[in-house]
Amino acid sequence: MTDTTRFIPDRLQSPLQKRLKSWESLLLLVAIAIFVANSFASPYFLNAWNLSDATFNFTEKAMIAFAMALLIISGEIDLSVASIIALASTAMGAAVQMGAGTPVLILVGLGTGLLCGAFNGVLVTRLGLPSIVVTIGTMSLFRGISYIVLGDQAFRGYPADFAFFGQGYVFWVITFELVLFAVIAVIYGMILHMTNFGRAVYAIGNNPTGALFSGIRVARVKFILFLLTGLMSGVAAICLTSRLGSTRPSIATGWELEVVTMVVLGGVNILGGSGTIPGVVIAAFVMGLVTFGLGLLNVPGIVMSIVIGALLIGVIALPRLWKMWRAQ
Amino acid sequence: MLQRLITSREALLLGAIAVLLALISTRFPGFVTPSNLADVFNDTSPLILLAIGQMIVILTKCIDLSVAANLALTGMVVSMLNLAFPGLPVALILVVAITLGALMGMFNGILVWKLDIPPIVVTLGTMTIFRGIIFLISDGKWVNSHEMSPAFKAFPRFELLGLPMLSWTAILAVIVFTIVMSRTTLGRAAYAVGGNPHAATYTGIEVGRTQFWAFTISGALAGLTGYLWVSRYAVAYVDIAGGFELDVVAACVIGGISIAGGIGSVGGALLGALFLGVIKNALPVINVSPFWQLAISGGAIIIAVAVNARASRTKGRIILKSAEHAA
Repeated sequence: MTDTTRFIPDRLQSPLQKRLKSWESLLLLVAIAIFVANSFASPYFLNAWNLSDATFNFTEKAMIAFAMALLIISGEIDLSVASIIALASTAMGAAVQMGAGTPVLILVGLGTGLLCGAFNGVLVTRLGLPSIVVTIGTMSLFRGISYIVLGDQAFRGYPADFAFFGQGYVFWVITFELVLFAVIAVIYGMILHMTNFGRAVYAIGNNPTGALFSGIRVARVKFILFLLTGLMSGVAAICLTSRLGSTRPSIATGWELEVVTMVVLGGVNILGGSGTIPGVVIAAFVMGLVTFGLGLLNVPGIVMSIVIGALLIGVIALPRLWKMWRAQ
Repeated sequence: MLQRLITSREALLLGAIAVLLALISTRFPGFVTPSNLADVFNDTSPLILLAIGQMIVILTKCIDLSVAANLALTGMVVSMLNLAFPGLPVALILVVAITLGALMGMFNGILVWKLDIPPIVVTLGTMTIFRGIIFLISDGKWVNSHEMSPAFKAFPRFELLGLPMLSWTAILAVIVFTIVMSRTTLGRAAYAVGGNPHAATYTGIEVGRTQFWAFTISGALAGLTGYLWVSRYAVAYVDIAGGFELDVVAACVIGGISIAGGIGSVGGALLGALFLGVIKNALPVINVSPFWQLAISGGAIIIAVAVNARASRTKGRIILKSAEHAA
């Protein structure tokens, strides 16, 4: 709320120094520490197959997190991602009932995601509504449609070859999802850090008015970002549905929180304007390792959610506390 | 003056509720009998209580997504307290519930005020933390009806002048906060902070402090509702009121409270909550599956916020927005 004074330093830090002091390297240290702690805490941790299983804890969420990172950097947010998963999964389930094969299912999943993203995007960019309210609304709406279609029932009977996306292995312990995660990470890293579009995303997040006056089509960029977030939710829906082999309307409940946590943990400023894809990648690993490690120690899921919630607040609060302490 | 009254958001919403009731009554006259309407009001009372708190928070440019988790945690604590000390008077239980709720609200408020963390991040985080704590203290167990003392369960049902205490609590809250918002410095400060934070700062209103008190009020109301909820439904467990925070935000948005802050009234929150309450209670009557409710409240949020945006755009204060949309 208050304006902070920004100083322009007399001399820039050397690139190496800057890199060492960055949020990403701090996060990497945390990831390594958790990894080491986990391997001491449980004898089952250092096992290639177990670690491979652990990647499922974050791959699907991280796919959405990359698109969400761009969206948050541009100053918007999408809280409806988990509900898009539910709706896309329901649409795929309905398609199966009509006898659709795997290629059609993929199209249905991606198409539903794109449609939902476009719906959010139109409401935000065309009608000029605040994205947080719009997506709180569509969060109820999309999942609500799943409930209308499914009620207390479930869709099953997905074709056998559809299982590959969530259960398949590309090579030894390397899952298809992990490969997809890596490919998507690289694509989004390139979009954000190497293209004009990526520069536009930063510009919009830092100063939407300034961006508009520099000739950036603010509304169009934001619309594309909502489309991408919807698309990634569709991809995640395909992987998750394939992995679970069934669809219930309560699928992926609460994921929006974990996705946002992952993005914020990755060093993306929740108010927009800064953040990197490598940061989100490391944050995905940190969250995956934490949940997997706690799981091996028989910590129940809801207690893990305390840890996730505390992480979300902690990662933002600690640097600010540190700054306040330094200022004294 | 009269024209302003008729075209105000509250009058519009009141009209919408009246039309809704009229439509339902054409097929089910029993729905609009005074006794049934009183039941609908009683059923909506928890939503009204939370919507009032949420309104004040939204006025100050914040949002509180932790209210339902706060409600559930307070409900569990007072239920376990009642289980351990069945003789505890209800007055004391009420004090404990309000205090505990207020403390959780203060926790949100401190993080927003002193550390300047965005409210949505704070309350998304505390939402999961509060829910998790319920599991930790209850071990995932339920506190059931037969374990609660009769006095504990009787309070929200106790009838005074034909209305149960639950309804009276909501009515009392509406009256108290109408006065607080229009006749006290805190209420005026909330409008000032939401309307123009910079100007508020220059007039000597501390933005963060006002937001802190808004969160405290929202928390206190959530705590109070927590006790009323568990005693009315006579059960407490981890997931009670799950997702209720969305209904609360929906009630506020429908009630014409601007998410950008500074615009809104207690009456709006009340009517927004009643609108949702009527729909929720009418669905089973007109034979629509309860599974429709989530989609309907989602749709209502979107329509309401779109209508609000249209209504406020005619004022023509923001010059750049139109340029942005033309792009």
